[in-house]
Amino acid sequence: MRIPISWLGEFVDLPEDVTHEHVHAALVKVGLEEEDVHGFELSGPVVVGKVLEFTPEPQANGKTINWCQVDVGEGEPRGIVCGAHNFVVGDKVVVSLPGAVLPGPFPISARKTYGHVSDGMIASARELGLGDEHDGILRLASLGLDPEVGTDAIALLGLDDFAVEVNVTPDRGYAFSIRGIAREYANSTGATFRDPVSVVESVETAATGFPVTIADDAPIRGRVGATVFMSRAVRGVDASRPTPPWMVSRLALAGIRSVSLVVDITNYVMLETGQPTHAYDLDRLTGGITVRRAKAGETITTLDDKQRTLDPEDLLITDESGPIGIAGVMGGASTEIDAATSTNVLVEAANFDPVTIARSARRHKLPSEASRRFERGVDPKAAAPAVARVVQLLVELAGGTADDLGSTIDESSAPTPIDLPEGYVEGLIGVDFSADEITSSLSAIGAAVEATDTGWRVTPPTWRPDLTFPATLAEEVARIVGYDRIPSELPTAPPGRGLSREQRLRRSVASSLASAGLTEVLAYPFIAQGSNDLFGSAVAGPVAAMTVANPLDPDAASLRTSLLPGLVAVAHRNLSRGLTDLALFEVGTVFLPQPGAKYGSGPLPAGDARPSDEVLGALRASIPPQPWHVGALFLGDAVAKQPGQPAVATGLADALAAAHHIAELVAAPLTVVTGHHQAMHPGRTAELRIGERSVGFAGELLPSLAVELDLPRVVAALELDLDALIEAGATQISATPISSFPAATQDVSLVVAADVPAGDMLALLREGAGELLEHAVLTDDYRGSGVAEGTKSLTYALRFRAPDRTLTQAEATEAKTAAVALAATTFGATLRE
Amino acid sequence: MPDPTITDSSVDAARDDALAAIAASTTLTELRAARTAHAGEASALAQFNASLKTVAPDQRAAAGKLVGQARARVAEALSSREAELAVAEETARLASEAVDVTAVATRWRSGARHPLSLLMEQMADIFIGMGWEVAEGPELENEWFNFDALNMDEDHPARGTQDTFFIDPIESHLLLRTQTSPVQVRSLLDRPLPVYVVSPGKVFRKDELDATHTPVFHQLEGIAIDKGLTMAHLRGTLEHLARAMFGDGAEIRLRPNYFPFTEPSAEMDVWQPNAKGGARWVEWGGCGMVNPNVLRAAGIDPEVYQGFAFGMGIERTLQFRNEMNDMRDMVEGDVRFSQQFGMVV
Repeated sequence: MRIPISWLGEFVDLPEDVTHEHVHAALVKVGLEEEDVHGFELSGPVVVGKVLEFTPEPQANGKTINWCQVDVGEGEPRGIVCGAHNFVVGDKVVVSLPGAVLPGPFPISARKTYGHVSDGMIASARELGLGDEHDGILRLASLGLDPEVGTDAIALLGLDDFAVEVNVTPDRGYAFSIRGIAREYANSTGATFRDPVSVVESVETAATGFPVTIADDAPIRGRVGATVFMSRAVRGVDASRPTPPWMVSRLALAGIRSVSLVVDITNYVMLETGQPTHAYDLDRLTGGITVRRAKAGETITTLDDKQRTLDPEDLLITDESGPIGIAGVMGGASTEIDAATSTNVLVEAANFDPVTIARSARRHKLPSEASRRFERGVDPKAAAPAVARVVQLLVELAGGTADDLGSTIDESSAPTPIDLPEGYVEGLIGVDFSADEITSSLSAIGAAVEATDTGWRVTPPTWRPDLTFPATLAEEVARIVGYDRIPSELPTAPPGRGLSREQRLRRSVASSLASAGLTEVLAYPFIAQGSNDLFGSAVAGPVAAMTVANPLDPDAASLRTSLLPGLVAVAHRNLSRGLTDLALFEVGTVFLPQPGAKYGSGPLPAGDARPSDEVLGALRASIPPQPWHVGALFLGDAVAKQPGQPAVATGLADALAAAHHIAELVAAPLTVVTGHHQAMHPGRTAELRIGERSVGFAGELLPSLAVELDLPRVVAALELDLDALIEAGATQISATPISSFPAATQDVSLVVAADVPAGDMLALLREGAGELLEHAVLTDDYRGSGVAEGTKSLTYALRFRAPDRTLTQAEATEAKTAAVALAATTFGATLRE
Repeated sequence: MPDPTITDSSVDAARDDALAAIAASTTLTELRAARTAHAGEASALAQFNASLKTVAPDQRAAAGKLVGQARARVAEALSSREAELAVAEETARLASEAVDVTAVATRWRSGARHPLSLLMEQMADIFIGMGWEVAEGPELENEWFNFDALNMDEDHPARGTQDTFFIDPIESHLLLRTQTSPVQVRSLLDRPLPVYVVSPGKVFRKDELDATHTPVFHQLEGIAIDKGLTMAHLRGTLEHLARAMFGDGAEIRLRPNYFPFTEPSAEMDVWQPNAKGGARWVEWGGCGMVNPNVLRAAGIDPEVYQGFAFGMGIERTLQFRNEMNDMRDMVEGDVRFSQQFGMVV
């Protein structure tokens, strides 16, 4: 909402040297957010001049300019070159003299042009910032003005005014008016408020005889579409008269373009009172007016000359010819006033249901100044004075005569009183307000306050439909007294238990991956369907991903089922910036609908009470699983080439090491088996398991895919279901005593078929050797001479130790022999001599 | 073969030969050779010692003393020379092992957390310190938890497809949460009263990515529902957070505002005493006293319980706290961005 200061000053007393900072500060204090300041951005000398004579001079370029002698009240006339032709000798015009700056900024100086020294400029309305009119210069007579030559035109035209802009929150519809803002300024500063509605008290509002029917047979959510409909005829309106400059400048500052006198007056009254008004050409109305819902398929041509198909929820203003306006949104073309002629006008101000108007404005994509106000709620008692104010201005400015013809329907319900118990406001705000502060704050906002045995009975003013329960009144008191009065007090929460185990472990995983040299990434979950098809889910292969119905980018409407596409995109971005050695990770959620499951819910329960457990259960079950995963990607070198240190390329080993690292962090027993994944290298992919359950994979991307994605041929990747891992992890470790007896170490080399996984063999050796085996590790995998074709020799270093005695080599050998025997029976392994 | 006869001169000669050889040794290997030659079994002194048993008993004590003194002298020379040479050799070895410590190869690389994660964790920890708990909930949420339960009815403007990402089909009433408030609703439904929780997390709004907007961002919201909580407690809590984050000089300013889920509502500004360009007020977030309708939706009697809620954007906090101009740096994943933070935000 933009508020021209001169207008505000009509209804509250402002300081003489009022600044926008002062007004903003006052309004911010009571809850209107500071937005901007607007002015005409020009400076003088800009004065009234009179054209004494002019000579048309045709030019080589085909144009004709006028060499004018203009009296600007200096005794001697000034010679000014003017390109416009819409004036005659004797016209009074606006002259910007050298030294003036017009909006642009456009500084004026005496300059040589077309063979003359032009000693100033005759201005158009647009050059002055007064509108779009640029068909010629501004003739003051067209504004109905005949000022003295030399008069300061800036003050004359209201160009010295400025407007402050504030943001009005959705609950304060009344503040979309000078009336509402003036009231809030008064509340903030203590200035006396003069209600604009009172300026029309002298206008006779009784009008009858114009037939109006409200016939809403389909109210939305039980609310009738129209409750108030005031109208009054004004005859003999000269619509061609100019809008006075003070009105044009105020409208311009408020952000509304001057259109024609009648339209300008209706807009002016809307800005002043907050009540949208409309003017019909009375002679083009057919019969009386009926307010009703649209019929399916009905159409209307609106004021912008667009034909619109109506919806049965749209509320219409109709006459016997059909629709003549979409209520509260936009009028129809058929009853528009012709701005060129004298006419009879029917002025209307109505009150429409906010929900109906909001839906229609959205449906027809027609947000207007009127709909914006109706959506937030308009004071039902503002309609009558608004009509009176329009009538008053049509009489004063357009030469009309008020007629008795009209209508006065007011079926609006009176505001419901709210019982405000004593102590309630203090108990909510934490300030010891005095009874006087409470009652005077509520009176200041226009409420009627009546003392009761237990507190007060407060009847909100008609323009405050948002005040419906005691907390809304508490806010008003706190706001008017000032939020600065609220003290600072620290509440005592009951003892908490810190982070949950899951939260702690997720943090720990992220921190230790970062400590291990990986960089954390937070990718968007929006990806292309193709990426989801390719990477599927880390634990279950491809799944039918959830999609966004209204995505920003239609090519990224799918919600990720894997963290890898996001990591790949980030890797690609880094590569394109010349960063080639990358180790990235993300800890984030993925969206994993279960195969065959249907998600979503039916109609939603109301939000005014706790739904039944059954309904709540259904709401909770309406969303797909969204487990936390951890993903990582490795590209380029793990160790850079340095003096004495050759480069070490990243690969599967990094992905696997990260997987083991994470599993150890959460104490989960992770096992590795050969894996298969459509996006991964068939020979370099490991499936990661907890028991028999697959919890992710580690490997290298399929090289052809990596190249297709503009990545290097070797890209190692890891994705783990972190939730599953944490769930499987030990919550508490039972310690075993540490033996201090000496160890016996032995190596064993076993020859087996080349395709026997060394990890499986190791597991078997552990099993076969029994409890004395403390530690075992693969130290060599040899193939070649001395080992038969198709086989390999695996060497393991074994460390045996007993908890209660020094182990003899014989005991160690016995355990080793048992391990070898098991390997022999299971894999046909033989001892290599 | 030297004269095996023990005389002053023969013993002195053997001793002097030994001392000369020891002194002439410049390495431990040479010294070992000298030891074998002059103190070993075949050495002259050893032989003198062996021949003592043949010396006439009346002269044996004097001869023994003579030989013993010579041998002791040689042994002492050996051990002191050995110590000298060991030190010299170790010193030489250390010198040869010296490297340029400014250019030592590293096999580790530097990683980094994302500053948004760090900041979110840091803020959550401040509440943990006050006994609050951290609540989490789904990012893809049912509309009821995100809107209806928060006093935003079906005609609320924010529910339009302009601002909110809906899941296909729209009639399924699923969306990407526009705030972490649905977690608060779930907390009120699930947890025993009183409730003091913060919910950090990812939220989604239909804004194109630019210098000040991103469609995916992070929030930290908090809610406290108890008996007798007031707006003064709200201010106190926010002030504690502000001081923990911005220093003891930080303050909170509240300005009236409107949110459907709180009444009264306030816009919150923080006084940032140590801002680089000078101390200043910064818009930080929204807050207020929880609207009774929100409590009713969770089955809580607003006549008995009341409380406050607040929320702020993590991206915005990082932006003004760490002097960042462009939101895009936070979302693009350029490793240089996170690595300038490392593990500290």
